[in-house]
Amino acid sequence: MSHRSARHSRAIAVAAASAMLITLAACSTPAAQSPDAPAPGVTDDTVTIGTHQPLTGPAAAGYSSISAATQAYFDYVNSTGGINGRTIEYLVKDDGYNPATTQTVVRELVQDDDVFAILNGLGTPTHTSVLDYLNQKKVPDLFVASGSTSWNQPEKYPYTFAFNADYVTEGEALAQYATDEFAGKKVCLLGQDDDFGDEFITGAQNVLGADGLTSVQRYSVSNQDVVAQISAMKAAGCEINMLATVNGFTALAIGTAAKLGWFTQWFSSSSGADYPTLVGFLGEDVGPKLLQGFVSSNYLPARQGNDWSELFEKINTEFNDGAPFDGNTMFGMSVGYLFAEALAAAGENPTRESLLEAVTSGDLVGNGILPLSFGDDSHAAYTGVGITTVDQGVQDYIGTTYVSDGKGSVSVSDAEPVAVENEGVPASAE
Amino acid sequence: MSVESELSGRGASAADSVRASATGMGVGTPSSAASVARASTTGRRRTRLLGTALVLTALAIGGTFLLDPYRNYQLALVAAYFCATAGLSLLIGLTGQLSLGHAALMAVGGYGYAITANALTDAGVDGVARFALAILAALGASGLVGLLLGLAAARLRGPYLAGVTLALVIALPAVTAVFSGALGGDQGLQIAYDDVPPALATIIAVEQWQAWVAIGAAAVVVTVLSGIRSGVLGLRMRAVRDDEVAARLNGVRAGRVKVFAFTVSAVAAGAGGAVLCFVTQSVSPGAYTLAFSLLLVVAVVIGGLGSMLGALLGSVVIVLLPWLIGTLTGAMDLPADLTQRLSGNLPVLVFGALLIVVTLLWPAGIRGALPARLSLRRRVSPAASSPPTPAPPTTAPEQPTQE
Repeated sequence: MSHRSARHSRAIAVAAASAMLITLAACSTPAAQSPDAPAPGVTDDTVTIGTHQPLTGPAAAGYSSISAATQAYFDYVNSTGGINGRTIEYLVKDDGYNPATTQTVVRELVQDDDVFAILNGLGTPTHTSVLDYLNQKKVPDLFVASGSTSWNQPEKYPYTFAFNADYVTEGEALAQYATDEFAGKKVCLLGQDDDFGDEFITGAQNVLGADGLTSVQRYSVSNQDVVAQISAMKAAGCEINMLATVNGFTALAIGTAAKLGWFTQWFSSSSGADYPTLVGFLGEDVGPKLLQGFVSSNYLPARQGNDWSELFEKINTEFNDGAPFDGNTMFGMSVGYLFAEALAAAGENPTRESLLEAVTSGDLVGNGILPLSFGDDSHAAYTGVGITTVDQGVQDYIGTTYVSDGKGSVSVSDAEPVAVENEGVPASAE
Repeated sequence: MSVESELSGRGASAADSVRASATGMGVGTPSSAASVARASTTGRRRTRLLGTALVLTALAIGGTFLLDPYRNYQLALVAAYFCATAGLSLLIGLTGQLSLGHAALMAVGGYGYAITANALTDAGVDGVARFALAILAALGASGLVGLLLGLAAARLRGPYLAGVTLALVIALPAVTAVFSGALGGDQGLQIAYDDVPPALATIIAVEQWQAWVAIGAAAVVVTVLSGIRSGVLGLRMRAVRDDEVAARLNGVRAGRVKVFAFTVSAVAAGAGGAVLCFVTQSVSPGAYTLAFSLLLVVAVVIGGLGSMLGALLGSVVIVLLPWLIGTLTGAMDLPADLTQRLSGNLPVLVFGALLIVVTLLWPAGIRGALPARLSLRRRVSPAASSPPTPAPPTTAPEQPTQE
């Protein structure tokens, strides 16, 4: 018996050892980083950055066009010679909006592809799962595509910066607008079952009071059915319905309500309020009718009638195969523009440190309807939002902009939108 | 295949040991000399097993020095999956119980680890104490769920058992959504980060450290499983699988053996989930989907059922194959929309094809395709010395699906 086992074990040992050796032989040892070597991902004529995006999975339908738009903007910049003589290479990895996959693809980007920075990683649950990792690795984690307040913790996460106006601010602004324009109505809220929903609720309650919301409902992205939630809101007699939902679920909520014969007023976070995307979900025939009067918050230029939209539409036609020009295109290109601006300001020979300094310097202006608020003690991009409504199929600003003071109250702002300079290609700071 | 040769190879002594152990330790042994001999061979076997485990673990840990950080991260994943596939391989290969829900058991381990680690962090405990306590909690939680499931499993066969375990993994996202206060919904739970111990900080990177921990955990789990597999318990499991009635007639308590196997297998899966949580600092239902659960079964079948080496090969395949495919499609410079469509779908297709090819070419898995010297020399013919074996010779891999 022991004789057999011994041989048995020895055979396993030999097999495993050889398997191990084969694996080892195939891989290389990383060279040690010398102090004056160029930053990871930076060569004489390229800068390589990466992102994680939901190209497949539950959030894909709403957001998969963002990275294509960013890529199109970088193609445009590269066609004019790049930034400081370097073209921008943008590696897009699909995480399927699944935090477990995000962890794998981001490690691959950082360790295998040696990216200079992570740009615009999309999603609260997904990006939360790599937040610690990126900061331990000291990788610049710029302009996260989510409005969670987690990204604005300069002490704890010095390498992470937000892009969206945070959800607390959005909740406050929309609640303030409801109070200002729809006084006395019953306000309710449907929120995603994560930080997105939690923070939006916090914002709404900051303005309306702890018991200011008549009904608060939650949904989970993995369950494509919100009948129970919408029925409860209808039964509670809700009149203003605030939504902390991704595009797919905004459409699902409005569609479900319509099926229940309930036509009510919706107030949505910018994250789930892109008119063309929503019409795509709801259908060309009923979508425009259901979305008439739809209120949402935003901080980027409207899709029509301004210099930015004209420039981006031109880039979209030329470099994005004429894909539909929607809010995601605007978002993706705005992200690309802000990164190009930061990279230009990071100097002739950018390092991860100089890139961070460029962002925290407070000199970046971006392209929003109000100024950026990056600084040493703020990693939030926008601390205010404008109110948009849909009228006859056109989603545009109504001219009211609210700014949060970060302590739970909001005020009306008269900030001016940022103008286009140098045909949308940031020039070097020096 | 393994059973038939091992049982017949060991012949009378195997049947004896089943009977002997079934009637109580040592009571039924023919003579004290035999008992002493058996004790000493058991002792020698244990020493060999521990020796092999130590050598392999040392080799694997030494190997981490040759790998870059991403490869070490992948190695840590392999080690974590190895815990689960080894347990699953033992369960399917030795007792013939098919579990499609091992991903859910991994998730139980992961959540057990994360909840305990977070509670300990809040209480100010960290370092080794936090890790050890959290691992224990993970093993306890997955063992408990495995025990309950095993009690049901022992009464079910074939498709019914597969159905129950399948339901478990399908229910996971709903469970995390309903108890989102404690389990964090789709976002899952994040835990604090364990840095490299100060004494090693100048020598190794954090990925390497995580790989070490993962390898260590896998080594312990697999060594225990190997011990069970080659010991009396393993023999009883095989006996129950091959012919439950004959096993009962020999005094084997079939129900207990099955429940025990299921629980052990669940604990192994839980250890895998806990290690995965340690490596990635988070646990979420998205990591333990139905597709992943089925992939674990595919891994043990591809690797070779009932074999630890097979389980290792299987977990290497499930970590490296999607990555290889991604790298290949990335290098081929395909159109963007095609890449987007292939992403995530192609690996599933390749796994399916691989399963068919491996099953056709090597019914005993990739392990069976290794050169004879490596494939454990089971051709040593027992020939005439073997008495009637408990079961008619059937090929092991087919057994579970026939039931």
